[in-house]
Amino acid sequence: MDFDTPLFDSPLAEAWIRAIAAAVEEEQARLTELDSAIGDGDHGSNLQRGFAAALTALDGLQPTGPGAVLSKTGATLISKVGGASGPLYGKAFRAIGAALPEPADPAVLAEALAAGLDAIRALGKAEPGDKTIVDAWTPAVAAFRTAAAAGATLPEAATAAADAADQGARDTVPLQARKGRASYLGERSIGHQDPGATSTALLFRTLADITSH
Amino acid sequence: MKKLINTPESVLEDALAGVAAAHPELTVDIPNRVITRATRPAGPKVALISGGGSGHEPLHGGFVGPGMLDAACPGEVFTSPVPDQMLAAAKAVENGAGVVFVVKNYTGDVMNFELAAELAAEEGLEVRTVLVNDDVAVEDSTWTAGRRGTGATVLVEKTAGALAERGAGLDEVATLGERVNAASRSFAVALTAATVPAAGKPGFDLPEDEIEVGVGIHGEPGRRREKLRPARDLAAEVVETILTDHHLTPGDEVIALLNGLGATPLLELYVVYGEVAARLAERGITVARSLVGNYVTSLDMAGFSLTLTKADAQLVDLWDAPVDTPALKRA
Repeated sequence: MDFDTPLFDSPLAEAWIRAIAAAVEEEQARLTELDSAIGDGDHGSNLQRGFAAALTALDGLQPTGPGAVLSKTGATLISKVGGASGPLYGKAFRAIGAALPEPADPAVLAEALAAGLDAIRALGKAEPGDKTIVDAWTPAVAAFRTAAAAGATLPEAATAAADAADQGARDTVPLQARKGRASYLGERSIGHQDPGATSTALLFRTLADITSH
Repeated sequence: MKKLINTPESVLEDALAGVAAAHPELTVDIPNRVITRATRPAGPKVALISGGGSGHEPLHGGFVGPGMLDAACPGEVFTSPVPDQMLAAAKAVENGAGVVFVVKNYTGDVMNFELAAELAAEEGLEVRTVLVNDDVAVEDSTWTAGRRGTGATVLVEKTAGALAERGAGLDEVATLGERVNAASRSFAVALTAATVPAAGKPGFDLPEDEIEVGVGIHGEPGRRREKLRPARDLAAEVVETILTDHHLTPGDEVIALLNGLGATPLLELYVVYGEVAARLAERGITVARSLVGNYVTSLDMAGFSLTLTKADAQLVDLWDAPVDTPALKRA
């Protein structure tokens, strides 16, 4: 193993969740704005509530590895958030956590993130192109995997994933929603960026930020 | 935003405290966010549990009581409850005959109740889920999340609740619930948007003279926007939209629910209901029973929904059965 490549360990996992909580707090108004256009305007406040609860849960945790941090986060999101984002993000973090019993190199983290995407797709039954969080997760996981396979460092792979998630979120604008509450609007959902894909992009951007610094 | 609240974050807790204070016949578990009957039914009885986002009052907490629900799980405003709530409710009211979850077809509700059913099964509870999806405004296909659950929820909870009270078994109660859902169609028109306290402003901007046609109950816009017309025209369109989908024929009987979305006075709801009844009479459809009022609301949204449930002797009998809940009482 190349020792210049930092591993994804418990402190990094915890830093990631803290960074997501801060980003969600900061971007709450924008997420709510996006959700008001095609949903019911609570995506920002729901995620803010969930990640704030996750921070509280992590305060009392003696993690046995990065997976324990993420699994605890996932369980907290499921029990505190509700809506669609609670179970989807909750199951994703639990799946990622289950795949990371110990500090991981980029290749292992790539497979864990892929397991998170699988969990989301199994529960939400959404396909790429349905205008959901899957539209940001799918390119992000693919980019992370490709970068890791090419020998990228953790910051490099995470940055590639974040860029791909951003693009995936922007690419939801022209789509007509086929899943979730936005699907009730039919053609009127076209022209708006999906709030879930946007929060997913935030999540990957924070991963890039905390691994780069 | 001008609302009678303390803080946007405490709306649900504060409202539950009020429910507890107003209704000694209910038990309100505020930390777990579960409302149950204060008195347990004697002997084994199928337990009926429903839940969903808050902001639709009296749905669902207002329908807890003899003849209807055993427990309700309110989520955050317009946000489905979490699986822990349903599990706590199921453990509190399970009475040896199994549990029926009544779930409105919204992605979040469906997923959270699915997780709750898994958890309940792990604890050895027998659970059946009845999915309500009556809203004809949404095209039901493999390419959508399917039709929303709206007004028919009240009919499912009332009739299945009555059947459970009579001692029917788990499969029988769940099958009846599914049958009532299949016999029901709804359609809604909004005159204003709803304001979610946490968002602080209306979910959509609607000019004074325009309406949203085909809305749901969560403040999301409808399928299209048009100019406001007289109640007569709106009622005719809503009836026609439902009948296009429902295939009722002259001589059929229905139970009709003319439901207010929260900010429309009863005076106006009766204006609309009069027109609805006249249109149905023209089509040769008999209204066996009717209910007019605010039952499945959308916070402060103005407007109405119409639900028509094709009725038969059993459904009318179950509809007429005694019920004693905060929002629906019948001796």
